[in-house]
Amino acid sequence: MPARLKLFLPLVVFFGLALLLFRGLQLDPRELPSALIDQPFPAFSLPSLASGETLNVEALRGEVALYNIWATWCYTCRVEHPYLLKLAQQGVPIYGVNYKDEPEAARRWLAELGDPYRDNIVDQKGTLGLDLGVTGAPETYLVDKRGVIRYRHVGEVNERVWKGTLEPLYDELLREDS
Amino acid sequence: MIAEIGHFALILALCVALLLALVPAWGCLVGNQRAMGMAPSLAVGLLLFSLIAFACLATVFLQDDFSVALVANNSNTLLPDAYKFSAVWGNHEGSLLLWVLILAGWTAAVAVFSAQLPLIVLARVLAVMGAISVGFLSFSIFTSNPFSRLLPNTPMEGMDLNPLLQDPGLIIHPPILYMGYVGFSVAFAFAIAALWGGRLDAAWARWSRPWTNVAWAFLTLGIMLGSWWAYYELGWGGWWFWDPVENASFMPWLAGTALVHSLAVTEKRGLFKSWTVLLALFAFSLSLLGTFLVRSGVLTSVHAFATDPARGLFILVFLAIVVGGSLVLFALRAPAVSSRVRFEWLSRDTLLLFNNVVFLVATITVLFGTLFPLIMDAFGQGKYSVGPPYFNTVFVPLMALLVPFMGIGPISRWKRDTARRWQAELLLPALVALICGLTLPLFGGEDYNVWVAIALVMAFWLTFGLLRDLWHRCGAKLSGLRRLSPSYWGMVLAHLGFAAAIIGVVLASQYSEERDLRMEAGQSETLAGYRFQLLEVARVRGPNYVADEARFEVSRDGKLIARLAPQKRHYLAGGSMMTEAAIDAGLWRDIYVAMGEAVGEGGWAIRLHYKPMVRWMWLGAILMGAGGLLTVADRRYRGRKQPASDTVEAGAHAGAA
Repeated sequence: MPARLKLFLPLVVFFGLALLLFRGLQLDPRELPSALIDQPFPAFSLPSLASGETLNVEALRGEVALYNIWATWCYTCRVEHPYLLKLAQQGVPIYGVNYKDEPEAARRWLAELGDPYRDNIVDQKGTLGLDLGVTGAPETYLVDKRGVIRYRHVGEVNERVWKGTLEPLYDELLREDS
Repeated sequence: MIAEIGHFALILALCVALLLALVPAWGCLVGNQRAMGMAPSLAVGLLLFSLIAFACLATVFLQDDFSVALVANNSNTLLPDAYKFSAVWGNHEGSLLLWVLILAGWTAAVAVFSAQLPLIVLARVLAVMGAISVGFLSFSIFTSNPFSRLLPNTPMEGMDLNPLLQDPGLIIHPPILYMGYVGFSVAFAFAIAALWGGRLDAAWARWSRPWTNVAWAFLTLGIMLGSWWAYYELGWGGWWFWDPVENASFMPWLAGTALVHSLAVTEKRGLFKSWTVLLALFAFSLSLLGTFLVRSGVLTSVHAFATDPARGLFILVFLAIVVGGSLVLFALRAPAVSSRVRFEWLSRDTLLLFNNVVFLVATITVLFGTLFPLIMDAFGQGKYSVGPPYFNTVFVPLMALLVPFMGIGPISRWKRDTARRWQAELLLPALVALICGLTLPLFGGEDYNVWVAIALVMAFWLTFGLLRDLWHRCGAKLSGLRRLSPSYWGMVLAHLGFAAAIIGVVLASQYSEERDLRMEAGQSETLAGYRFQLLEVARVRGPNYVADEARFEVSRDGKLIARLAPQKRHYLAGGSMMTEAAIDAGLWRDIYVAMGEAVGEGGWAIRLHYKPMVRWMWLGAILMGAGGLLTVADRRYRGRKQPASDTVEAGAHAGAA
């Protein structure tokens, strides 16, 4: 009875759609590939937030570290902040890139909430962010001893992200270097 | 204690919803009148308990009870009371409770206002709505409980509501939008009830129509409020971004627009029955799909809720049951043979079919564009994002294709019409529209803008065609206007609204001017003939923020037009920065000033906009919404019980052929 079979068409289409959505649940749209993976961290020459001295990429090289893009206008950064403090206490070196922010506000923020960063690069105009291809704060880059970007995480770093993705990679890089 | 009462009320609401889904349905199956008769009171009970739960949540927000996790995460003592109240739905859990409440409201409304329905139909409709409530209440209770406590570590102060949501527009936008979204559940329930009973007839269409029109009107207004909010709150003057969340509300609207027109054909002519029922299923399915997209995290969006895979899975399973189940029912029960009623190529029937095709194609293109990133990702083709260029390229021509036929629609006759009659009726309106549309852009700017000319011709074509039709129907006498039915007036308003929206969208896009500047106090700049003088930048203090405020005087030809004070706000609790644009609104143009960051010593980044006719777009949407609401006043929807034989095609109802 072909006339009735035709009426099953919407159901078939919906079935396909449902499968797609189910697959979608397992994918993370925030997981953005970066053109900079396995590329050296872009060169920069920007002031330090704490001292005002000029920092460059060579000065920060030499150990496996996280580079965290943050700003005081960024709501999620505030959510992320306590976890970064915890990581810093565990001895993970974290450098901050204070992205498109006011240095004064940033200093106040760190004084109030605690400072997990080894140092902060003041990227007030967002030039370093542009070179990195930052889509928004927060973002976190895992950089190895030779200054090569090995992983990029878009969004908040929390227990799940750290334990699930970043820590295994971080440990692997530490072993690689020793 | 109040939170626990709310939680308990929510659980009771779930129990009542379960009864509502099961008892009347059982009654319908075995023919038990008493079981069927319980449906209306259960529906009212469902509303009562949902209302208690909602009131409890609102109360803990107003009392700053930070031991409730939701309050601690989304409110703050400094927040003004109105925003404490709207913070209830400024988050996933609370907005879901609002959804549940509105669904219960619609269910109770069907129970109360459907005296003319046969009991068995009413029982079926309410049972279906009860089943939908069961799904959403379980979703709320099992995955997104709004009443969970933060004990024993209760914070002293809340984290504050996202500043973007601290806005009057956001107090009313979600409830109105949800009224629309959820309202389509009534059309859905009527469609399921009709398939269940095997009677897809004119009576079914007549019962569905007022509910569908009201839901559609609310959705129209809700989308309009969202667009308006984006325009003044996001600070860069855009009003539609084709963002996944916007699309999630737009797709049910497009399907709903097709449904509203298709129902007219089914009621008046008994045609397109399977098609109409399918559209009713689609409209609500797309509402559910929107819920899934917004709350599951499969797509990124600026205003998606915090996401959780478990929630995504729950909605997906629910979606599969509701949509899959209804489509199975459709496949088994919808009439497979085409109707015996015939119509000719030149007829209102054909024009409405064309409307349906255009809106369905539009729905599918928006759906495709929205899901495209997901499709590519699922097939391992990498990350894509689909933006305005795609949507504008496919959507604008579709709407342009619609308008010529839309102008003929109201004046055309059912079943059979002639080209000669159309020519006689519409030649004059067409000529006038052409002349007005083509000459007006000459006064609009230095260069003749073809797009504006096309838009104006279209808008005038619709308007003059409607005026001609009005003139005819009232017998060329003004006193005759009173005799026209509310549903006719509703159509006129909605179509005029569409014409106004075309003008607003095209003129605002084509004639807008903007400048990004660095300005200091005392400096003045000119845009589109308006002189903007920055008098000073001052520090001001709001209830929960401090702000830099730039004070402008806008003048034209030396005459002061407006004082504008855009702000750059620093919210104290969350530490976030927000721009607050200042707008001098007008029917013919908006002047819009937004403040950026401080640049250098004493300088500020300032964005000046001149936006002609932008209000017409929202005005058009308001007219459309008003038109949709007006149709309900029609007397034929309010009659007492009508005999079931009052159908165009008595006896020729559904069932396996």
